[in-house]
Amino acid sequence: MRNTTLALVFAGVAVGMVGASFAAVPLYRLFCQLTGYAGTPRIAAAAPAPASSPASASTSMAEARTMTVRFNADVNHDLPWRFRPAQTQLTLPLGETVLASYVAENLSREPITGTATFNVTPLKAAYYFIKVECFCFTEQTLGPGQRAEMPVSFFIDPEIAEDPDTAEIKTVTLSYTFFRVPEEAPR
Amino acid sequence: MTPRGWRRWLYSTNHKDIGTMYLTFSVIGGIVGGAMSILLRMELAEPGLQYFAEDHQAYNVLVSAHGLIMVFFVVMPALIGGFGNWFVPLMIGAPDMAFPRLNNISFWLLPPALALLVTAGLTDGGPGAGWTIYPPLSGPDGHPGNAIDFAILSLHLAGVSSILGAINFITTILNMRAPGMTMHRMPLFVWSILVTATMLLLAMPVLAGALTMLLTDRNFGTAFFDPAGGGDPLLYQHLFWFFGHPEVYIMILPAFGIISQVVSTFSRKPVFGYLGMAYAMVSIGLIGFVVWAHHMYTVGMDADVRVYFVAATMVIAVPTGIKVFSWIATMWGGSIEFRTPMLFATGFIFLFTMGGVTGVVLANSGVDVALHDTYYVVAHFHYVLSVGAVFGIFAGFYYWIAKMSGRQYPEGLGRIHFWITFLGVNLTFFPQHFLGLAGMPRRVPDYPDAFAGWNMVSSIGAYIGGFGFLFFFYVVYRIFTNRERAPDNPWGDGATTLEWTVSSPPPVHAFEEPPLIGRRA
Repeated sequence: MRNTTLALVFAGVAVGMVGASFAAVPLYRLFCQLTGYAGTPRIAAAAPAPASSPASASTSMAEARTMTVRFNADVNHDLPWRFRPAQTQLTLPLGETVLASYVAENLSREPITGTATFNVTPLKAAYYFIKVECFCFTEQTLGPGQRAEMPVSFFIDPEIAEDPDTAEIKTVTLSYTFFRVPEEAPR
Repeated sequence: MTPRGWRRWLYSTNHKDIGTMYLTFSVIGGIVGGAMSILLRMELAEPGLQYFAEDHQAYNVLVSAHGLIMVFFVVMPALIGGFGNWFVPLMIGAPDMAFPRLNNISFWLLPPALALLVTAGLTDGGPGAGWTIYPPLSGPDGHPGNAIDFAILSLHLAGVSSILGAINFITTILNMRAPGMTMHRMPLFVWSILVTATMLLLAMPVLAGALTMLLTDRNFGTAFFDPAGGGDPLLYQHLFWFFGHPEVYIMILPAFGIISQVVSTFSRKPVFGYLGMAYAMVSIGLIGFVVWAHHMYTVGMDADVRVYFVAATMVIAVPTGIKVFSWIATMWGGSIEFRTPMLFATGFIFLFTMGGVTGVVLANSGVDVALHDTYYVVAHFHYVLSVGAVFGIFAGFYYWIAKMSGRQYPEGLGRIHFWITFLGVNLTFFPQHFLGLAGMPRRVPDYPDAFAGWNMVSSIGAYIGGFGFLFFFYVVYRIFTNRERAPDNPWGDGATTLEWTVSSPPPVHAFEEPPLIGRRA
């Protein structure tokens, strides 16, 4: 019967929309990672090869520019850790990979696993902020009273100086918030 | 053959009976939601805390429940379930809806949904996270009890009801039109329900998805919206408004349809620019799906993203303008008769346009950052929904009550009802523009003394509006005690749609033989 066929099609549409709303979860994450939306820094597989020859005058101009990166650290109240940056700020040339580090210390008497969320402000700079390696890519476990260095290596894409939207940026802030991994969080 | 007594209603598969039940349900919802708004205005009439000093959460719960009840249990049941069920089959010459039993289920899911919402209100302090139910306030830390869970299940049921109803309407409209009733001959009310049902079908499942994620975040340890587990509370806002913005058009489009029928009838002219009117609704429906983030200008979106949402939002003013100007052009040169439905229709056009203009103001992300979550927003959406959709409901009620009940309303009392309501809603909501521009935040039971004067005016307006609602019940009483039988068509030449060709009230089964469609309806 035609009515039933049509109704089944529309019921399929409704079910498909429920599916689409769940598909939005990974898609939203992917979208943020690709576009730097909401201050999500990009991730590079490897550090860029150092420019062997100056390609153009503007590139060398851009590479001559420096950027100040400030470091911020927060800890969620459920996590009894101390967490702070080893350096408050660094000034680095565009395109150069640098290693910065944070220090985390477990203040409790039990081993705890934490994971860090991150973002870059101004949000529009995030697209050009590229992490090579970061402690935030994996979960971190600290034993009772253990203190550990948490390294992050990154570079700033020189394109940031070419983009008219971001050319005026001189300082960016890299921020982390450490959370207790929820399976362990007290309910 | 017709079942009598409670069986007629509980087992009903008749689109007219189900429509009547939807309308009755909506009136019950209106009493509850309206009483809540009076309580809110009583609290807000003066600075300081009058009635909610002991329990601020109770105020939050009232604000939240007022919004949810008005959206899901008043406006939608009246416009879509009520008038849609009654008049879509009659207007296209169909004997009934495509799936009469599904129709019964759609309606009977609503009372349990309302019961669940009431249960939520009585559980663990109630759900006080607003009608938008944003996490983290609606999460396990913001609302540790079970209130939000009950509210979520209530919305799930209401959503299933709407989706089933939408499937039924679309199938009916696409498949069951009488011979000769082509798509481009359908009355505009049928077009409005078709667009509305399509939007429901696409938007409601997304709400269901978002609420399910919230439910599992709250109860089963998932972290869709919890940053500690890698989630993002902003994702909820995106999902909610992907539903929420189409939802506001879902509430207003059927009112557009009713206003088109009423204006045409009482101007004794066909609607000006019929195709433009129909496709304006279609394009409002389409654009309505790509503007959601204009509810979220303050969350820190990129400038380019906001530019897009500002521009896309303002584009909606174009089809909306087509509708408003076409209504005026329909009246232009017409032989206008200001009966009660026409009063409500002209009131609708005037007030909806006001709400539309403040909407264009709020569409600017720069302006919105200042006005976000102030009473300016409250004034804006009450002008389009409280005044707009509700005037549409009353226009439809007075237009069709003779057809539905077989008894005409008393004209003088209807006009008095219109003027009380018109005065009440304007006195309530117009001063809220001033309060919002001055910076008064919404959803807070107290405010600085500087906001005192206009809040008192607004509360007096709410009492007048509340009195108007009570007066409406007197009008209803007079209608049902009227001994005089209404004619098939009380409105004369202007009423050209098919429902006026059957008796008042219509026979239990109309159009068992498809009617012949000659000219454009």
